Amino acid sequence: LNAPSAEREDVGASACGDAPASHAPQGGAGERASKQAEFVALVRAHTGRLRRTCRRLLQDEVEADDAVQEAFLGAYAHLHSYRGEAQLTTWIHRIAVNACLMRLRRRIAFTPALESDDCDEVLGTLLPRYLEDGHRAEPLPAGPGWTLAVDELAERRELCERVRQLVQSLPEPHRTVLVLRDLEELSTEETAALLGVRINAVKTRLHRARQALRTMLERELVREDLA
Amino acid sequence: MSLLTCLEVIDCLGAYLDEELPPPVRVRFDEHVAVCPACVDYIATYRQTLQLTRGAGEDEAREDQAPEPLVLAILAAWEREHGEPPP
Repeated sequence: LNAPSAEREDVGASACGDAPASHAPQGGAGERASKQAEFVALVRAHTGRLRRTCRRLLQDEVEADDAVQEAFLGAYAHLHSYRGEAQLTTWIHRIAVNACLMRLRRRIAFTPALESDDCDEVLGTLLPRYLEDGHRAEPLPAGPGWTLAVDELAERRELCERVRQLVQSLPEPHRTVLVLRDLEELSTEETAALLGVRINAVKTRLHRARQALRTMLERELVREDLA
Repeated sequence: MSLLTCLEVIDCLGAYLDEELPPPVRVRFDEHVAVCPACVDYIATYRQTLQLTRGAGEDEAREDQAPEPLVLAILAAWEREHGEPPP
């Protein structure tokens, strides 16, 4: 994040919709007009990307649009704290992510999962199994689909869509960590701070999410190749 | 020193890909991979999974849209909150 941590916490509060009106930008009419123009430009420039981010995190189009709106209003309330266009993109993106995470936390089932590391049971057979001596319990299935060039696979739109569906099928909190790290490209440290968990927890959940996704993808590719 | 097991190697995989393995562990990691085709395959497909995930994300980004109704709703909400129309 580009803003100081104290500002980030404040921005997080605003993203939840409880920012006091006194936080709106101050100054003369000219400065206000300038800020307003920046706000309109901000909305028009970033709505598309933020909408995608919010949809990925919330899996609900209506709620995602609400979160996008909340993020822009929260950003406007703190326009004074950003410094230049280069920082703005990252800043508004983080506000939107924070708005989504607050919404996710409000979902009844999410909070207990977020606090627990017992979610591997949910991943079930998607994680590799090992013998007591630590060696692999079963050979990897032959996966002819994996022999295709990844670039070639990525250009197949239906496969891209299927990968996104598989990501969305991951259990919380693994899905959220994978979305933040591998799709939204946040750092491990940023992800840990936004989720309020330890860095090691982020690493563990990301690794297990990728393993589970690898297994699901393998099944898809093998099945597709056999079809 | 004994070879790492498959379990230990795969547990280290995230740190390996982030180049965060301590050198002595990295040596043991490489020693295991040199003699374990199954782990070689697993690591390769794990990397490909990551590439496909990122590729799917980039593919999705190509379809980014800022629908005018949503843009207008945001600007209208701003107007309600601040009592003045955006320019």
